[in-house]
Amino acid sequence: MLDQLFLLLALTVLAAVPLVLAALGGTCSERSGVVNIALEGILLAGAFGTAVIAYASGSAWLGLAGGIAAGVLAAALHALMTVTTKVDQIISGLAINILVAGVTEYGAKLVWKESASRTIALLPAWTPKGDSSLLFLISSILGRPLVLATILLVVAAWLLITRTRYGLRLRAVGENPAACDTLGLSVGGLRYSGVLLSGGLGGLGGAWLAFDIAQFQHNMSAGKGFIAMAAVVCGKWHPLGAAAACLLFAFASALAKSCERWKVNVPSELISTLPYVLTMIAVAGLVGRARPPAALGTPYEKGAK
Amino acid sequence: MKRHLRDAAIQLAVASAAVVLALAVGGVMIIAHGHNPFSVYATLFSESLGNPMSLGQILFKTTTLVFTGVAAAFAFRAGMFNIGGEGQLYLGAFVCAMAGLWLPAGTPGVVAVPILVLAAFLGGALAAVPPAILKATRGTHEVINTMMMNFILMAVVNYFLNRVNVETTVHTRPILASGRLPLLSSGVEAMRGSDGNASLLLAVIACAAAWYLFARTRTGYELRAVGFSPRAAEYGGVSVPRAMVLSLVVSGGLAGLGGINTVMGSQGYFEEGFAPGMGYLGIAVALLARNHPIGVIPAAFLFALLSEGGQVINQFVPKEMGEILQAIVIIFVVVGARLLQVALQQRRSAHA
Repeated sequence: MLDQLFLLLALTVLAAVPLVLAALGGTCSERSGVVNIALEGILLAGAFGTAVIAYASGSAWLGLAGGIAAGVLAAALHALMTVTTKVDQIISGLAINILVAGVTEYGAKLVWKESASRTIALLPAWTPKGDSSLLFLISSILGRPLVLATILLVVAAWLLITRTRYGLRLRAVGENPAACDTLGLSVGGLRYSGVLLSGGLGGLGGAWLAFDIAQFQHNMSAGKGFIAMAAVVCGKWHPLGAAAACLLFAFASALAKSCERWKVNVPSELISTLPYVLTMIAVAGLVGRARPPAALGTPYEKGAK
Repeated sequence: MKRHLRDAAIQLAVASAAVVLALAVGGVMIIAHGHNPFSVYATLFSESLGNPMSLGQILFKTTTLVFTGVAAAFAFRAGMFNIGGEGQLYLGAFVCAMAGLWLPAGTPGVVAVPILVLAAFLGGALAAVPPAILKATRGTHEVINTMMMNFILMAVVNYFLNRVNVETTVHTRPILASGRLPLLSSGVEAMRGSDGNASLLLAVIACAAAWYLFARTRTGYELRAVGFSPRAAEYGGVSVPRAMVLSLVVSGGLAGLGGINTVMGSQGYFEEGFAPGMGYLGIAVALLARNHPIGVIPAAFLFALLSEGGQVINQFVPKEMGEILQAIVIIFVVVGARLLQVALQQRRSAHA
């Protein structure tokens, strides 16, 4: 019984990693005032970049870098469309999601002649000896470099956004870009940085997805980017809140899976809706209002009031 | 009136330019694969449009996209962003199939068909009710809620599906025979084997109705006014919450109607995950159509052609090129429209 519980918690942590990474990215982007539905595409691009580079070079670390680069590239397109060209941010995100889905499968056909990749090199992981279940589980989870990196990045993102001058400025352009402009801050530059950060973090999340199954598969992000976006909202646009929401969402999906395995007669489909229902409740302000950054979704026009 | 026509012409020019540019990008991709773009495009168009069976498939895809496209355009016109087409289509199809199972087998077609169509509409509309009410009463942004509803509805429908499905499958029992719509191939023998069906006619009627509503009725005028400026509309005596709920719920209903294409047309039953991505692609169709209800029809046809045409040229270029071109069309059309808007603004301020 107890080891089942540990297993459930372990599954939760593992399921949470890509969500947390993408949600931290989403927080950076949205705090700067740019809605980022493109997270779904960024995750997928990251997974593809990782798989291609890791496959071609045989090095998982280079693959990791490739994943981050691919995520940044997808995000750069989003920034170009939303900050420079100022098209609707949601439309840009949707277009990027469709584009990345097409480009990655097209690319997979070019590289591997099919829509799934060959097996790729994996990051080294420290696996403990012994079979004491609790210790074993904890250390085998923490032994994965990306799990550790995710925990550190949560702390780093929290410090960056709430405790640094850059973070203050990032939040300020999301709230009142005109005031920032008056103060001589570059609204466009800060927003670019926020979106590109989301690309790097989301790309890293995509790398996790690719390493998790040791290959690239068509549409393997499977809605995780959207869940991460929901977590940003549920976490009230705060890095720690977003990470906590991701853990909760991951717990819901791990629980749904475990119930199937335990043959417990609960509707696992309905448990899996928990993240989305919670998000709707959070934005409706029924349990503490989630207030988005004031300028979220509006492109900044110099001189417009 | 003249100005009206000029605006329409400009929109059409932007959309056409986006399509031509996207095809040019595709041409570069084809060259990269060592083929002649003109001959590959010639194959794409002649094999997909010239072959009745594949034309039937294109018309089948067009039908779903017309419904989800006019749904997105309907909401956009009133200033609402409905990205819940995916879930609305899903619930609409499921409710339609449930009604088709519930009606006694002897029900005559003249009764069954309208009931099933209505069921699809109501299913889709129902899916849009929570976001609509939350928007109207609590001001919650409909984008987040319609997107969340997509995931919720998929899961809830699958939950019920797992309790009514035929053993070992992920679909329902077939609906009653008199509720089925004729396949296009029953009129055009050469289309045999394709899924195109009479739902297409209903899709066109839905677009015409949406056009009429916006262009010729008071309600349509009010919806457009809210879309243009909610505050001004309110000042003019329009009930903004009512307009918001109406536009989103009707939009949901239109997306739900898309379910008839599969449930009453091609398959005769509801199947899990029967039209993935069609809700999102409907938004792209609406964008290309510049939210014009009639423009949705050619836009949907183009997108269906691109995804079906991808299959035809798969021997030269991976078929995903069609998907990539769809995305590039959207990007060019929104960027083009935006650049045009900036240019017009500059000209206006230069004149002032």
